[in-house]
Amino acid sequence: MDFGPHLMLAFIEGAVISAILVLTAMGLSIVFGVMRVVNVAHGEFFMLGAVLAWAVTVTIGGHPALGFVAALAIVPVLVGCIAAGVDRLILKRINYDVDRTIVATIGVLYIVQQSTLMLYGPEARPVEAPFNTRLALPWVELGENGFQMIWPWGLSVTSYKLFVIFAAIAVLGVLWLVLTRTKVGLIMRATQQDRDMAQAFGVPVAQVYSWVFGLGAGLAALGAVLVVPIQQAHYLMGGDPLLLAFIVVIIGGLGSLPGTVIAAVLIGMSDGIISVFFSPTLAKIIATLLVALVLVFRPQGLMGRIAV
Amino acid sequence: MTTQSKSITLHLGVLAVLAVLFFVLPAYHVGAFSRIMVLAIYAIGFNLLFGYTGLLSLGHAMFFAAGMYGFGLSVNLGGLPVIPAFAIAVATAGLLAVGAGYLALRTIGVAFMIVTLMFAQTVYLVILYFGEYTRGDEGFIVQQAQRSIAGIDLTSETARYATAFILFALCFLVMARLVQSPFGRRLVAIRENEERARMLGYDVGRLKLQALVVSGTVSGVAGAAYALLFGYVGASFAAVHYSIFPLLWVLLGGAGTTIGPLIGVMFMFYLIDFSSGLTNAYMLVAGVALVLITLFAPHGLAGVLRKKVFKWLP
Amino acid sequence: MAAVNILETRGLTKSYGGVHANKDVDFVLPRNKITALIGPNGAGKSTFVGMVSGRTLPTRGTVHFEGQDISALPAHKRMQLGMAYTFQITSIFPGLSVEDNVSLAAGRKLAHDKAAHAAKTVAVLEKIGLSDRRDQIASDLSYGHRRVLEIALGLAQDPKLFILDEPTQGLAEGEVDAFVTLMRGLAKDTTILLIEHNMRVVADTADHVTVLDQGRLLASGSFDEVQANTAVQSAYLGTPANV
Repeated sequence: MDFGPHLMLAFIEGAVISAILVLTAMGLSIVFGVMRVVNVAHGEFFMLGAVLAWAVTVTIGGHPALGFVAALAIVPVLVGCIAAGVDRLILKRINYDVDRTIVATIGVLYIVQQSTLMLYGPEARPVEAPFNTRLALPWVELGENGFQMIWPWGLSVTSYKLFVIFAAIAVLGVLWLVLTRTKVGLIMRATQQDRDMAQAFGVPVAQVYSWVFGLGAGLAALGAVLVVPIQQAHYLMGGDPLLLAFIVVIIGGLGSLPGTVIAAVLIGMSDGIISVFFSPTLAKIIATLLVALVLVFRPQGLMGRIAV
Repeated sequence: MTTQSKSITLHLGVLAVLAVLFFVLPAYHVGAFSRIMVLAIYAIGFNLLFGYTGLLSLGHAMFFAAGMYGFGLSVNLGGLPVIPAFAIAVATAGLLAVGAGYLALRTIGVAFMIVTLMFAQTVYLVILYFGEYTRGDEGFIVQQAQRSIAGIDLTSETARYATAFILFALCFLVMARLVQSPFGRRLVAIRENEERARMLGYDVGRLKLQALVVSGTVSGVAGAAYALLFGYVGASFAAVHYSIFPLLWVLLGGAGTTIGPLIGVMFMFYLIDFSSGLTNAYMLVAGVALVLITLFAPHGLAGVLRKKVFKWLP
Repeated sequence: MAAVNILETRGLTKSYGGVHANKDVDFVLPRNKITALIGPNGAGKSTFVGMVSGRTLPTRGTVHFEGQDISALPAHKRMQLGMAYTFQITSIFPGLSVEDNVSLAAGRKLAHDKAAHAAKTVAVLEKIGLSDRRDQIASDLSYGHRRVLEIALGLAQDPKLFILDEPTQGLAEGEVDAFVTLMRGLAKDTTILLIEHNMRVVADTADHVTVLDQGRLLASGSFDEVQANTAVQSAYLGTPANV
């Protein structure tokens, strides 16, 4: 394949990465923004989403679409409940103290990860996509008869991947509506702005925190359910999403949802493109260093209003 | 007894016990304690920054790895003998600490944690990227023949224990002196109330950097010692969980105490040793330990001792 | 011969966007006297003192201490030159004992001389009356004792200029009296700058009073002079001045 089509392929792969990343990063950003805590176990909730999706599809059996729909409906809620439990049992007791929360969530990371290793095993297991037709993509070339559409071999995308991209956009849209147009969203934004004031106005902050923590984990799990037919479910798959989500939240800026979206698209696309053309390791090196330097020199990120 | 003489007695006593253990313990545990003492050096380095200065770094594995690879590569690729290689290793860790510290200390709190984590991740990825020289995750072995000083083979159980003991004793005693010195007291002041320390005229920025450099250098000593005594260098020692370990050890043993790091390493070592016999998910134990400590015993073992009984514990 | 004024500011200004917390303040602080800085709430006193001590960066203007332009110096260097600062909301070392707190304050100058260091710590504890509480953890102290410890941290530095931000806030009558006595005792060797709301304290201690209002320096003089000043009265009472 020539450079042009290759680039287009990289773009599409990047778009898929961005789609999943946006959901995962939004989860982290909301938790970070409203509760001011760093959830180091966020990646493990993502992994749980993938592993539980496998469990659900295997249990239900039959046509993959059945299991997939069931997983989409059940798994994010389930993971959200587990996360809310973590909030109640642990985070509430240490009163969301920043240092202790980090240490505690590191502990939760190991507990979730290693329990999965014990119960699910070290293997990576695939989940079949509900639909997976290969769509050849056209590319425009300047030939003897002017611009011509050609179908280069290897330039294709699966219908499922397209679905993932649109699904992510849809979920984002719903999320945005909820946050800006509903009472629930208002309560969350109020608690984010001024916790004590919200409490003085009768907002049950403790409950809001549990819900928000659950929502954050649920979003990550949703992203994982969407991605698992493309990747595979493996107990160590939480590390990369955690790192990338962090990068996105920091570069996009805390407290800025549009910033998170923009950063997710940027990072996802660059990760996809650099991975396709260079090595994935190099892509990660650049991303990691970039985040550190952004934090050092421009802590409010692209569009954030508060510094980490 | 004055506080100072109590402190001297305590530290020398700990060393005496460690020396006696060599003669008393069965062979397996002698080997275990060699490892424990080397890792305790790492924990001691981390403790200076976290326990005494109050800065939580999630990237200390980069300093450990700098020492480890500094030594391993100097010997394997550079053909250097042990002592110069060790010196290079420690210098590498120190330089890395200066550079990383200068940048990272421009941030505070959560940002500092993330920046140190990211720097360490970068080091890990760079080690993987240059796998041609570093053998990446697989790692490489430092040959027995090269691990000797003045003809004394350092790979025998006895020599290993003795070397680990000498290095540990050095770091243990030097650190004990340091934290009880005016410099150490100032670090504690920063931990307790940085703004107040600044308004008393202390150059807080410089003190933090000095603490970080000492902390990183000592961690590098541990890494170099590990490569020297156990003959293996690998990228896993630069990965995230090797930055989490010292945090776990220090929290368990007692952050901000001189004996806490050793206690924490000992405890965790045997706990993981025991559970890896049961399951390959032995890090579960680490996770549960972290959660329980944060919830119920944030001061750690020695910390509780200091609060309730031995108020003078440094 | 030492200058009459230990501290001077020229055109010191702090603006946040369009709001001027301090505007063009030309301030002089006479040596070895107690000067009170007063003014209604929001007058800019804390901001001003923040700029003098180095905690806040000015938008414009300069600060001179002992004849030296210190405008570019960070806070800790100014403290090293001989300033001491006590916070409006007490800022001590909570997990450390009272003795360790004072020891740290004295340590910057005296850490190299163990005997002198220990002697100074003991002396300061005696002077402020916290000797029998030396082993108590600072966060366990009562409000009044914490305020006293805050002052002790300043004393332990043997400052040339001692800046206190509302040191008597929330103190009981007896504690305020003790404070006044302490200040009067210090004044011979130290210059004191007090931000105060308690007019009784100002009347009993201040040799010199400066009034800030809405970020500007409004008046300056002895307590009686300032009290009689109609502009000052209207600033406090809100009625327009009879110009």
